[in-house]
Amino acid sequence: MAILHLPFEEEELKSIKAGDEVLITGKLYVGRDQVHLRFKEILDRGGNLPIDFEGNGIYYMGPSPAPDGYEIGACGPTTSQRMDPFSPLMLSKGLRVMVGKGPRAKAVLDAVEKYHGLYLQAFGGCGALYASCVKKKSVVAYPELGPEALLLLEVENFPTICMADSSGNYLPSAIFV
Amino acid sequence: MELNKSIENALIDAVRILPEDVERVIRKALETEKDSRGRLVLEKIVQNIDVAASSALPLCQDCGMFYVWVEVGDRARFNIAALEEEIYKGCESAAQKAFYRKSIVTEPVFERENSQTNLPPVINYELKKGSSDIILHFLLKGFGSENCSSVRMINPTAGEEGVVNAVLDMMKKAGGKPCPPVFLGVGVGGTMDRAAQLSKKALIREAGSYNPDPRYRAMEERLLKEINAVNIGPGGLGGENTCLSIAVESAPTHIAGLPVALSVNCWADRKASVRILGGYDGNTAPTV
Repeated sequence: MAILHLPFEEEELKSIKAGDEVLITGKLYVGRDQVHLRFKEILDRGGNLPIDFEGNGIYYMGPSPAPDGYEIGACGPTTSQRMDPFSPLMLSKGLRVMVGKGPRAKAVLDAVEKYHGLYLQAFGGCGALYASCVKKKSVVAYPELGPEALLLLEVENFPTICMADSSGNYLPSAIFV
Repeated sequence: MELNKSIENALIDAVRILPEDVERVIRKALETEKDSRGRLVLEKIVQNIDVAASSALPLCQDCGMFYVWVEVGDRARFNIAALEEEIYKGCESAAQKAFYRKSIVTEPVFERENSQTNLPPVINYELKKGSSDIILHFLLKGFGSENCSSVRMINPTAGEEGVVNAVLDMMKKAGGKPCPPVFLGVGVGGTMDRAAQLSKKALIREAGSYNPDPRYRAMEERLLKEINAVNIGPGGLGGENTCLSIAVESAPTHIAGLPVALSVNCWADRKASVRILGGYDGNTAPTV
């Protein structure tokens, strides 16, 4: 069992290997399809993103509404593959940690190796379990996107499996066939 | 109780609590899985089932699209407009009260504007001979898995081999994407769209049940075995529990064709049923 604190320390990130069970504790950004599209449009125009990728990670997720007395609703991962067209660009701009579910395109895994990143898989469909790992939630940008808004979470012992590590190793199931 | 209230109650539970047949095969998979990563995924799934059942949280943030398969008895009272009004009301208020994520857009290509109500549902009807009731079968159809569903129009002479190969190929392409272990519905025959509908009807069948025709039962057993030999496994991370239940439904078709449809459902196989005794024509109806 490995631990990843976010924002990460270089040494800790590099100690995590493909196949490891990884618990994330710390601050985790959340963005999915529309956030990626907007980030790409900003970068294409030469603009500045609303967040700094340095030391941070992004989780592909769109929560259900929080019931009364809860910080967040169900919040399990969505399919990473839909972010594949955008991920190499994000990695080239400093993103290092991606959290989602399912296989990635070869180009994404190549970019993970090139920029010494991590691709972590969260447990698909386990939205209620993940809600119990979220201590705090805030909207960072794009509230008009509803469940697709850019969020920042504070998570504790958020369970994942490392699919692709910073040395370029990955599990066979990490690649899209 | 008003019909829309019975529907609402069934759907408030369905988003948090799995049907008994589904939970049973998931817990059994955890007992049998030999792959260590596959077992880890199943452990998290079982923890998640327990958290959702004891909280106000849905099992999954993708609370799905309402899909309704309506069995209408040929002796049932039946007013389609009145029935659909109750279905819409029940779906909308359950989505609100049980904190469903709003996941439906009113226009698929251009605006993609959220309906904010989880409406409309997808509704299909089937006439049932010898019955005086109407049964509403609901699926909360998640789209991580639905994106792996598809139809193939195979050669009419391809036979059982062709059907099995088509389904296996579709599942291999799906891999870990639909949140395995999955529940599968297969529709064969009819037209392209009829096969697709039958694959949804097949998903409604109880997990672990068999087609009464022994040839289709054998096909279901063969498919289950061959899919579970592919080593996709829970979460796509390897293991022998890729598919926990598969049902095949068939219909007459054309001499020139053999449509094969596969509907893929994730492990969170959320279902509900409401039986309306005597049917529904707009007056208050008893339900069970």
